[in-house]
Parts: sequence; structure tokens; C-alpha cells
Amino acid sequence: MGGTVSANHDGTNLLEVRGLTKIFGTLTACDHIDLNIAKGEIHALLGENGAGKSTLVKMLFGSLEPNSGEIFWNGQAVRITSPGAAKKLGIGMVFQHFSLFEALTAAENIALSLDDGSPISSIAAKARALSFSYGLPLDPESLVGDLSVGERQRIEIIRCLLQTPQLIILDEPTSVLTPQEADKLFETLERLRSEGKSILYISHRLEEVKRICDRATVLRHGKVVGHCNPREETAASLARMMVGNEVQAVERAPVEGIETAPSLLEIRNLSRKPATPFSIALKNISLDVRAGEVIGIAGVAGNGQGEFFESVSGEVQQHDAASVRIRGKNAGGLTITGRRLLGAAFVPEERLGHGAAPRMKLSENLLLSRHATDGKAFVGTGGMVKGAAVYAASQRIIEAMDVRKSAPDPEAAALSGGNLQKFIVGRELDRRPSVMVVNQPTWGVDAGAAAHIRQALIELSRSGSAVLVISQDLDELFEISDAIAVMHNGELSRPMPIAEATFEKVGLLMGGAEPGHAEHTLETA
Amino acid sequence: MMRLELVKRPQRSALFSMLSPFIAFALTIIAGAVLFALLGVNPLTAFRIYFVEPISQVWQLHELAIKAAPLILIAVGLSVCYKANIWNIGAEGQFIFGAIFGSILPVLFPQFEGPLVLPLMLLCGMVGGAAYAAIPAMLKTRFGTNEILTSLMLVYVAQLFLDWLVRGPWRDPQGHGFPQTIQFGDSAVLPELMPDAGRANWGFVFALVAAVLVWILMGRMLKGFEVRVLGSSPRAGRFAGFGLNRMVFFAFLLSGALAGLAGICEVSGAIGQLQPVISPGYGFTAIIVAFLGRLNPLGIIAAGLVLALTYLGGEAVQSALGISDKVVRVFQGMLLFFVLGCDTLIHYRIRVIGLALTKQDSAAKLEAAPKLKEAR
Repeated sequence: MGGTVSANHDGTNLLEVRGLTKIFGTLTACDHIDLNIAKGEIHALLGENGAGKSTLVKMLFGSLEPNSGEIFWNGQAVRITSPGAAKKLGIGMVFQHFSLFEALTAAENIALSLDDGSPISSIAAKARALSFSYGLPLDPESLVGDLSVGERQRIEIIRCLLQTPQLIILDEPTSVLTPQEADKLFETLERLRSEGKSILYISHRLEEVKRICDRATVLRHGKVVGHCNPREETAASLARMMVGNEVQAVERAPVEGIETAPSLLEIRNLSRKPATPFSIALKNISLDVRAGEVIGIAGVAGNGQGEFFESVSGEVQQHDAASVRIRGKNAGGLTITGRRLLGAAFVPEERLGHGAAPRMKLSENLLLSRHATDGKAFVGTGGMVKGAAVYAASQRIIEAMDVRKSAPDPEAAALSGGNLQKFIVGRELDRRPSVMVVNQPTWGVDAGAAAHIRQALIELSRSGSAVLVISQDLDELFEISDAIAVMHNGELSRPMPIAEATFEKVGLLMGGAEPGHAEHTLETA
Repeated sequence: MMRLELVKRPQRSALFSMLSPFIAFALTIIAGAVLFALLGVNPLTAFRIYFVEPISQVWQLHELAIKAAPLILIAVGLSVCYKANIWNIGAEGQFIFGAIFGSILPVLFPQFEGPLVLPLMLLCGMVGGAAYAAIPAMLKTRFGTNEILTSLMLVYVAQLFLDWLVRGPWRDPQGHGFPQTIQFGDSAVLPELMPDAGRANWGFVFALVAAVLVWILMGRMLKGFEVRVLGSSPRAGRFAGFGLNRMVFFAFLLSGALAGLAGICEVSGAIGQLQPVISPGYGFTAIIVAFLGRLNPLGIIAAGLVLALTYLGGEAVQSALGISDKVVRVFQGMLLFFVLGCDTLIHYRIRVIGLALTKQDSAAKLEAAPKLKEAR
């Protein structure tokens, strides 16, 4: 690690970046970044949330203009003033969040971005040829709305390849893929590399970086903290470079006698019709979460997790009161307040606007989910809010969860994602709930805060609560769960004890191998 | 070439949140000066007559209070609606129905007298306003109709209904055919506060009490918290277990009741009988009052007094300078226009861009580029 950047202009580097700096107000998002990408290499850009990866990439793709610094393309100094200019140079990008129209076909979506007036049929033919030669199975005539996330990503990649780029930037490409889909993607990337194309691969998943990347540049707080060959590093040493210190491992004591523990959250044949044309129907979901255990629900995003959370939390109620039972009582007909009063607590996926009101103070956001359960402590006679008690409780949570903030009682929107998430999780833990349901507990949260939250969830379960965690992060689920179930297309598999679970088994279920979709094995090239 | 550009502030500006009404008022004065000059009147003279003379004597302050009371009562109720992101535009109709319901007792049962009459009338007025406001609330929660349209259109229904009442069934038989009801009996008249000094009645006290109570409700009580959460982030409100439909009814019934109270106070205090027209547009002007007062009940008291002055001033320039009384509407309209305009400064700052700054300029455009991409 820590290798120096050689300043060669002899043309072996496709892209060289010297001292690139971007300042937003008082924040230096990128501080004198140096980066070399050679021809025919897969180069990893590593860093935590907020390390400056996105800002750097936006400057390379022409959507942001640097305050200072130089960019060399094939040894020539260039100014990249717009995404169009970047494409002309030969830089293509696949974004983390896709920009596709669901009601159009794959080929029509591609045609929209090419903008050169060639007929759809010829674009479809070219796309089909490309998808065949790169092992990216895709039917250009299919409607985007019918495609899985992995297939949608293929459209983005093909759309990028059609412009014959020399450098392809991929932003967190595997965050939405099953392990098997990710494997297919890696094959494609290796093939592109063998053709001499360069790839800038942005990720925080260290194992896959070690597996496919030739070199890595690590960013922390907007600065380059090291260049290295990831194959010579361990995941722990890469993490240390990213975070700046040792990340404590989460400890999970084994549970015993769980079979006899009472089931605190019972879900029986829970079904729900889709609320909108693009939402997922829930089909006959049954699950028990017992006192003392953490059950994880894995699944690719958009397979019904959001709908499931709403149904369990009571934001959407059920006709069948027995379809959700909390601590032995029918809760299907209860509101979220009624379910909270039975001892349940909920943490939704979206922090701002769902779990917290952005423009309200933290103390007010404490009241948001606890005005009923802690009615006596927080609300006095005649509905007057006991401001002092609420403030004291919020400060207690802030301290317990180590929430970092700039003011004593700031607005929720003023906190970083990780710190707000610590507060939102802490707000519920502070109640010692008997049932805790969490959707994406550490989405977009830095490694230190994530470890803190995961440890807290395990401790809650070991103190006798039932904890249900919905997550797209398999590493996380394997770290904290006692059993893992998989949600696919609105159906839930039987939970698999963690001792039997492997990435491969879970991955197959995520791809739809078991419940329903039995005929639908993984696509082959 | 130079041009102006709005740049979003990272956080809302507390300074401009406070200054905005004052800047708006100053801009209104400037625009008003231009208006008077175009009408051939010396602006300074006009402003003296418009803004200073109407409040230079004690009895005139009483007139100001009479005009301000309904504005404050209505605007305080509307502020709760608007904080909850519910758009009740029909306070004028709720005002009229409050006046009609409150008048049932003195018009149909004039022989019933005593200390109970007035409290019952006020109560009926509030019930009438709330009941009329319940119509758009029900349409919105049941059928998802837009409350702006329904509440606004119901104003015209109320106006025509009142017109029909005073020309038809409720017309004073001894009134020589004039379209009006009988004069209210003594026990049905809202007493004046200080009869020796001026005409101001208890309506102004009700307005101040309502403002303070709503201020406590919004700032200190769980219900006010519910209003603010549902208004600012409805999904978080649903997560909190607050019901949006219940909130629609709460906000409409509260603002309707206060508008209805204003209506019966106006009829029982200032007018003394029902007539075809009982309001110079209080229900609409109160919308301006609510925003000029920053949707804060205490700010609304001040804003109510300012807007009341525009009514008095309008009457004064009409009699002194012969300018149309429509000038009142023009002034009120300009004030709302500038208030809403200046509120932009709370979330945005203005950047002047000249030729020398083209580089920054293009950077700003590029920041917008990812959005364009998504749209593609």
C-alpha cells in the first residue's frame, strides 16, 4: 500500500488526474486527488460514504467542474465540461440509480440516450449483438417494467457500451444484484478488460474488489490515503485504510433452546394486493420470530420488502386480524400506534421523511414514534407536551448511541445519515421493545456506526426480544442473524438456520430458485 | 449581460424569515407610490390619508379593532389549516354560514331574551361555520376532491343563500321591502368594550384569546405537533400513527368554527342585522393576514391590524381624494404578491451574474446536469 503515483505522460495511462479539488461552501469534498488509470485495468475506487467518491466521479464524467487540478486523457490535458464531452472522449458511466422508463422497452430506452436518430430496429439489433458477445442476456424488445434489477443494469451497461467507451465508470454495481448475478457481471468486466478497455469500479465491498480489481485508490475525507494492489491486501487492511482505524467486529453469542422460546411476532398467511401497478403483491407470508433471536430477511430490492414492512408495522392494516400477532395478541387490525402499545417498535428504510421529519428537532422526532407508548412521561394533562422530559430523553438516546451533532438539539436533516440512523434506532431501543422490526438498518451508514447498530440489535435480542431485520446487505445478515429467510417476488422462503446458510444458498433463493418461480433457474449466457 | 439567479440555501434563513414581511411591506409602499402618482395624486399626501389619518384618534382605533377582529379570528384558524398543508380557501363562506346560524335565534325567536341569548348565538355561529367547513373536508376524505376548489366554490353558494334568505323567508316584514332581517334585540347585540371611547366590541377580545390559545396549541400541545408533522412530512406522520383524514376534519372544523364566530360577531356587533352583503371580503383578506403573519398566531395579530388599516385607508382616500375603493383590493393584492415573493428569500439567495463570472455560471449549469440525465 501507499505506492507513489508515477507521473508518466508516455501514454500507458488512459486517464491521469492531478490535484483535482472540488469545494462546496466550507466543505472540501475532493482535496488534491491524484489518480492514474492504465489501459486495460480494473481500478477500484474505495471509500466510505462521504469520502468523496461520487464527487470525483462526477468531475470525471463532466457533471461537476473542479475548482482546481488537471485531467489528462491519453496524455493530453482536457477539460470535461459536460457529460456529452465525457462521452465524446470515450468515458461511459453506469449509475447506481438507473434512469430508465418503465413503460418503454429496453431498445427504446437505449435509443433515447443515443440521441442520434437511428431507427429503433437497428439499435435493437446492435444491442442484441452486444449482449450476445459480452454474455449479458437481454431481450431488447422487453418492457423495462417487467425486468429484474439485474436485467435493468444490463440495459445501462449495454447503453454505455454502444458508445464504445475506453473508460467505463461503474458506481456500486453489485449493490442491487444477487451473488450469482454479480458473478455474471464480473465475467463481463474481465472480458472488457481483456479487450483493453479500462474500468473504474466504485465499491465498498472489499471482497469483490480483492477479487476483480488490479489496483485500488482509497479515499477518506476527500483525500487519497493510499494506492494499493487489492490482491495483496486483506479485507481488514483495506477496511482500515477506508475507515482510518480498526472497525470492531460484531459479536454474536449463540442462542440455545430457541425452539422452546415463545414466539413474540407471528405472521400467518399474510397476503396483500399490489397498491400500485409497479408495487409487489405479498403472497401468503408466514414467519415466527421468537424471544431471543434475530431473523434476517434477505432479498434484492423491490421484491416486496417495503410492502411487507408496511403491513407488519400497521401503516397498512390487514383485514385478517390474526395475520399479524404480537406477543400472542391479534394485531392485524391495529394501527401502528396499537401495535406499538403491544410492545413492538419499527425502524423504516427511509430516514428522512419516513422515520424522521427532516425539519424537526431530534427531541420532536423522539415524540414522533413515542407519543403514545410513553404518553405518561411525555404528554401531560390536556395534551400539553412535556418539553423538558422529551428533551432529556432525547439527550439520553444521543449519549447512549454516540450520535455526533453540531448543536444540542439539531434538526434531523442537519445530521449525517449514519448519525441520524443511530438516533432513530436508539429511539426505539430506548423503549426496550419486545418486538423490533428494522428495514435496512445500516443503509448508507459508515462502518463504525453500522457495527454499533448491529451490536445493539443483537444485544436487544439476547435480552429477550424478538428482532426482525430486513436487509439487502448479505454480509450484514450473516453477521447478525440466527436464521435467514429470503423474500422474492412477494413470497418468503422458510428461515434457514445460520449454521446451514451459505451465500450460495441464499443467493439462489434471492434469484427466485425456490418459492414460486421453480422453473426459473439462473439465466445462462 | 447581467442577470440574476436564485441559489438554494443549505438551510432556511432565520433572518429572512423575519425580515420578509417587512421587505414586502416596503415594496408595497413603493409600488403604491407609483400607483398614486399615475393616478395624479401626490403619493405623500395619499399615504398620509391612507395610513396615518385613519388611526390618529381614539375612536378611529376602535374602528381599526372592529375591522381587525374578524381578520385575526379567521386567519388564526386558517394558519392551522395551512400548517397542516390543507388549503381552506372558503373561510368567506364559513363566515357567512356562521352569521346565518348565529342569527337563527334573534331572527326567528326575537321574543326569547336574556343573558343566555348571546352565548347561544355565538355557539350557533361556530357550529354553522364548522358545519359548512365540514363539506369540503368530507369531499376531500371521501372522494379525494381538491379542497381548494370545493371550499372556494362553496363561498358563492353561501353568498347566494344569504341573499335569498334576506330577500325571502327572513325579510323584515316591516322593513319597507328592503332586503334585510329585523334589527337584533338588545340581548342579541355584542356589547361594546368601552362605549364612551368608541365602537369596538368583544369580537376583538375573542380574536386575541383565540390567537393565544392557538399559539399554545401549535407550540406546546401534542395536537399542534401532529398538525406540523402531517403538514411537513405526511409519511412520517403516518409512521407516527397520526391519521391524515382525521387531520383534514380537525383543521377544517377548527378554522370553520373560528370563521363562523367571526361571522356572528360581525353581524351581532358591527351590523346588528343580516343583510345581503355582510363582509367586505374578510375571508379572503384573512388568507393574506395568515401569510403576512408567517402562520404564527401572534404574528397574525399584527398582520390583522395592518390589513385592517388598508380597509380604513381605502375608505379615507375614496372620500378625501375621490379614488376608487378598488384601491383597497389592489393594495391587499400587492401585499400578498410581495409577501409570497419575498418568502423565496428564505430558501434561496439571489446571485448577480455578470460577464466576468461565466465560469461559475457554467458550473452551476452542470450541477443541474444529472437531473437532466435522469429525465432523459
